Amino acid sequence: MTVSESTTMLAEKYAQEIQVILDKYPAEHRQSAVMPLLYLAQRDKMYVNRDDMAEIAEILGITSTEVASIVGFYSLYYDQPRGKYHIQVCTDMPCALRGADKFLQELCARLGIQPGETTADGLICVDAVMCLAACDKAPMFQVQSGAGLEYHENQTVESAMALIEQLRADAARMKSVGLRGRDSHA
Amino acid sequence: MPSDEYEYALLRHRVIPDLDNLETYRKHGGFQAFEKAVTTMKPGELIDMVKASGLRGRGGAGFPTGLKWSFIDNKIWPHYVTANADESEPGTFKDREIMESNPYQFLEGVAICAYAIQAQEAYVYLRGEFWPIAGRLDQHIAAMQAAGLLGERLFGTEYALHIYTHLGAGAYIAGEETALLESLEGKISQPRLRPPFPATFGLYGKPTVVNNVETLTNVPLIVARGVDWFRSIGTEKSPGAKIFSVSGCVVHPGNYELPLGTTFRNLIFEHAGGIPDRHKIKAIMAAGASSSLIVANDQALDTPMDYESVPAVGGQLGSASIIVIDDSVDIRWLINKTLHFFKHESCGKCTPCREGTYWMMHLAERIHQGDAKPEDVQLLNTVASQMKGKCLCALGEFSIEAVMTGIERFKEDFDLAAK
Repeated sequence: MTVSESTTMLAEKYAQEIQVILDKYPAEHRQSAVMPLLYLAQRDKMYVNRDDMAEIAEILGITSTEVASIVGFYSLYYDQPRGKYHIQVCTDMPCALRGADKFLQELCARLGIQPGETTADGLICVDAVMCLAACDKAPMFQVQSGAGLEYHENQTVESAMALIEQLRADAARMKSVGLRGRDSHA
Repeated sequence: MPSDEYEYALLRHRVIPDLDNLETYRKHGGFQAFEKAVTTMKPGELIDMVKASGLRGRGGAGFPTGLKWSFIDNKIWPHYVTANADESEPGTFKDREIMESNPYQFLEGVAICAYAIQAQEAYVYLRGEFWPIAGRLDQHIAAMQAAGLLGERLFGTEYALHIYTHLGAGAYIAGEETALLESLEGKISQPRLRPPFPATFGLYGKPTVVNNVETLTNVPLIVARGVDWFRSIGTEKSPGAKIFSVSGCVVHPGNYELPLGTTFRNLIFEHAGGIPDRHKIKAIMAAGASSSLIVANDQALDTPMDYESVPAVGGQLGSASIIVIDDSVDIRWLINKTLHFFKHESCGKCTPCREGTYWMMHLAERIHQGDAKPEDVQLLNTVASQMKGKCLCALGEFSIEAVMTGIERFKEDFDLAAK
């Protein structure tokens, strides 16, 4: 992360998008916009820092502590840097009945990490998560990145590894064209 | 595949290609029901019609939809509609297919519901993982706006309506209707003490209908084809069709739309292809991870899946998320899995659930790993029974179902002395 990124205010960078979000809710209930604004803040670097939270609080007229409580409560917000691509494998019971636990273990072994850890290149983080509403297509996972979120279903360790190679190639390509890790279709 | 006489009412995209295109949807009668409602029906007539249809909530509780609409307090304004698209119950994946492939029928249902309670603003609350679906719904909503199906002065009347999407961020509890409203208000998602119910004190403290996606998707066809048509499907007390999400130990897991009252046997063995690898069916969870374990004997398999019959064999129909468990599965493993889920998702607001799911999970883990003493099974059962009737919402209440029925009905799996 460069200095300019950390000090750029969300309000400058995303003025129009912030207005679209705020317009969804009654003016006297703008606190409703806290979740979409957090997604916006998280887009570039896959986590929200204290400055982001303070700014969102100011936009909405609530306290930073209230914004932080949202970040802490909901599992899709992060207050610490993670791997650029967050691979989340559902291992809940219906998926586990179709081999999800074994899939997770084998995938992590191939990447040389434990569930919850990030690969040495800092790109890929693999984790077990709760139900993703795709029980009939297990093993499955979602990939969360700055670009959003994508489901990959009916997976094998081989198909997952092929995808991971693709993600690594994408990351290398973006770095070489100087996008500083921001996904082109974000 | 549906049987010959059954015609899709919800998963119509399976027979009509490109139904997620507004033009295609309109070519097949789309939005005629909404126009008919707004231009020819009084809101009260619409509510009476949905009441007469016997439609019951498809999210799990099975509460009569028309009755829910009729509770909206007309002394307090404005009113809101909130579609519950937080689909997060392990075993449930039906709303996702509707929103991905037949989105306009769902949005038309939202619109008709909004007109019925005279709401001018409706929110679709989707789980955060449905981020791509929310993006597409936003495009569909924009297309409706461009076609004059949303916005001001609809069909030349005074009625105005706007629909917005709102993404959650990974919290199962947000599927509980009052926790959903808290989340939509920008707070942490914890259930409210009820009463008052959302019909009088909902979103921003105003009268609000919260309905599941599948429930709302039924509404356009009830308005278009009439109450008699709807009642010709399903059973007398559970009319209509239902999407059964089948997962676990079956050859063809997936969504099956069938009339309510179809038997477990027909669904699991005819439609879902039966049990693979020569295993035998052992148990059924009919309402996802929140359900009790039904012993899959002949009596249970021949039970019609409707809101009245499933309780008679010791289960609940709930959202009809049919998890099939075969004889290779140890019930100790199964409840260890479900309890990890509930412990993780407990919101922490009420003590019985926060503490109860924590202790149940640790006991179940010990029992599953073989580190438990025989009396730990009794202790687990005691913790579960102490939670019963004491939790603030259904998350805690239903977290004990698989535990208590598992211990009671699959004694051999819990006979630790013999293991």
